[in-house]
Amino acid sequence: MKSMCWAALAVFLLVGPCGAILSAEETTAVTSEPQVNQINSGDVAWMLTSSALVLMMTAPGLAMFYGGLVRKKNILSIMMQCITLMGLMSVIWAVYGYSLCFGDSVGGLGLIGDFKYAMLNGVSPYWDAALEKGVHPAYGTTGIPRSIHMIFQMMFFIITPALICGAFAERMKFSSMVLFSVLWGTFVYCPVAHWVWSDFGWCSEFNPKAVYKAYDFAGGTVVHITSGVSALVCAVLLGKRLGFGHEPMPPHNLTYTYIGAAMLWVGWFGFNAGSAGAADLRAANAFVTTHMSAAAGTIAWAVMEWLMRGKPSILGACSGAVAGLVCVTPASGSATPLSGVILGLCAGVVCFYACTTLKNNFKYDDSLDAFGVHGIGGMLGALLTGVFATRAVIPGTKDPCGLLEGNANQVISQAVGAGAAILLAVVGTVIILKIVDALLGLRVNQAGELQGLDINQHGEEGYIFL
Amino acid sequence: MKKIEAVIRHFKLEEVKDAMTEVGVQGMTVTEVRGFGRQKGQKEQYRGAEYSVDFLPKVKMEVVVGDDQSKLVIETLIRTARTGQIGDGKIFVTDLEEMVRIRTGESGAEAL
Repeated sequence: MKSMCWAALAVFLLVGPCGAILSAEETTAVTSEPQVNQINSGDVAWMLTSSALVLMMTAPGLAMFYGGLVRKKNILSIMMQCITLMGLMSVIWAVYGYSLCFGDSVGGLGLIGDFKYAMLNGVSPYWDAALEKGVHPAYGTTGIPRSIHMIFQMMFFIITPALICGAFAERMKFSSMVLFSVLWGTFVYCPVAHWVWSDFGWCSEFNPKAVYKAYDFAGGTVVHITSGVSALVCAVLLGKRLGFGHEPMPPHNLTYTYIGAAMLWVGWFGFNAGSAGAADLRAANAFVTTHMSAAAGTIAWAVMEWLMRGKPSILGACSGAVAGLVCVTPASGSATPLSGVILGLCAGVVCFYACTTLKNNFKYDDSLDAFGVHGIGGMLGALLTGVFATRAVIPGTKDPCGLLEGNANQVISQAVGAGAAILLAVVGTVIILKIVDALLGLRVNQAGELQGLDINQHGEEGYIFL
Repeated sequence: MKKIEAVIRHFKLEEVKDAMTEVGVQGMTVTEVRGFGRQKGQKEQYRGAEYSVDFLPKVKMEVVVGDDQSKLVIETLIRTARTGQIGDGKIFVTDLEEMVRIRTGESGAEAL
């Protein structure tokens, strides 16, 4: 019975919008889209590279980073979640996700996109009978085709729900995680991405009519705040792992975690510098600023441990790098490299406290610290972006940008954008979890959790000796 | 025949092995093991979560020698595996009833 509900929901989510679009396709002329006349091969090359780099963050990167942190009976469940999201979210993105994010605003409200680009209509190349040639729709007036913008953004749609997996690791049912990710991507990620990144979003930097223009260059709000806050909600609503607090649950392989963190760092160059959408000056600055923040974050967290606990740890240094990268994500397109160092230092210290003191005091089981690093780091980054944003970096403006240039309103705009994302993430995640719980249940049973998700959910073991 | 099992520190393995070969030990079996004695475990910290790890990793070496050889082998073990710090390990000696070389079927001292 439950599997029937599940199948019906999947069919609805995947096929519903397709049907609507296929019938509308005859009346909507795709030729209204601008087409690529002048390909900028430099931009195309960089954006393709960036897209691949961002995918590398999920597939080997996050899978290794999280995989090393769980107990050895659960490593495959993490890897399975990552690769499943690569498959699932990609298809959803092509079917309707991209359109909900970057389509025209429904009712002009700036809340969610329409189905203009569903089924990659107006994104994929098509045959123009009048011109007698294949046409590749352009992404606005840039030198890249819209298909590149679509695939680059797709990688963000994959990694964001994958980040949440860190909070419910080692206890969530696989089927429930799949359903949760589909609903969460649709009803939390897509709206927030539309608000912040589309030309019509109500708090978008690119919408001339927006009252609160929140700078979020590469997804501090869209990716890290939404996933981090939702992760906290998941950790609280799912409850603690069996034995949490009195049974040791140390990471089973920190060498994996190290490799994963290193891949995340490298992949983040695509994530942030690729968000410029071109191989231009803003991309170059984002690359440098990103690296400086990661470097400072690494040092900050390790030093904090050294001072507070006597020893600097590998896990601390890796966590600090990721915290620095998270924090600089919204700022990388608007801050200078030196500001990046400050962002990284702040992130290292603040996230260190979030993952140790804060978590221990509130006693929630955010297994792999998705909230402590991504949620807290994302919020910090959103606010600090309002402080450090400068017209030296942001093209096309002569007015003061951030607090340091005298524009205190920017911090308010940043807070409004972040606050709205937090609100939707909390409300959306609570509702979605309740639905998933009613349909499928959230956790594996007690025996399954003790046995480990690898065997219980997938019938495989990560490590077989002899 | 005696079976001598020694639980020793990882970094002592090479030194012990070389010394054992020198005094005439022909073969041995080593395994990675975990356990505790008076040394007890150690404290580990992961992102602020502190765990006491009760079982510490050691190497267990098993050798079988003739009765006349056993005293020398034990002395060699003690001499080479010792650091003087707590946690150097233990030696267990048992009488061995039988031993067979699979290839030839030889048994007892001949199989040594």
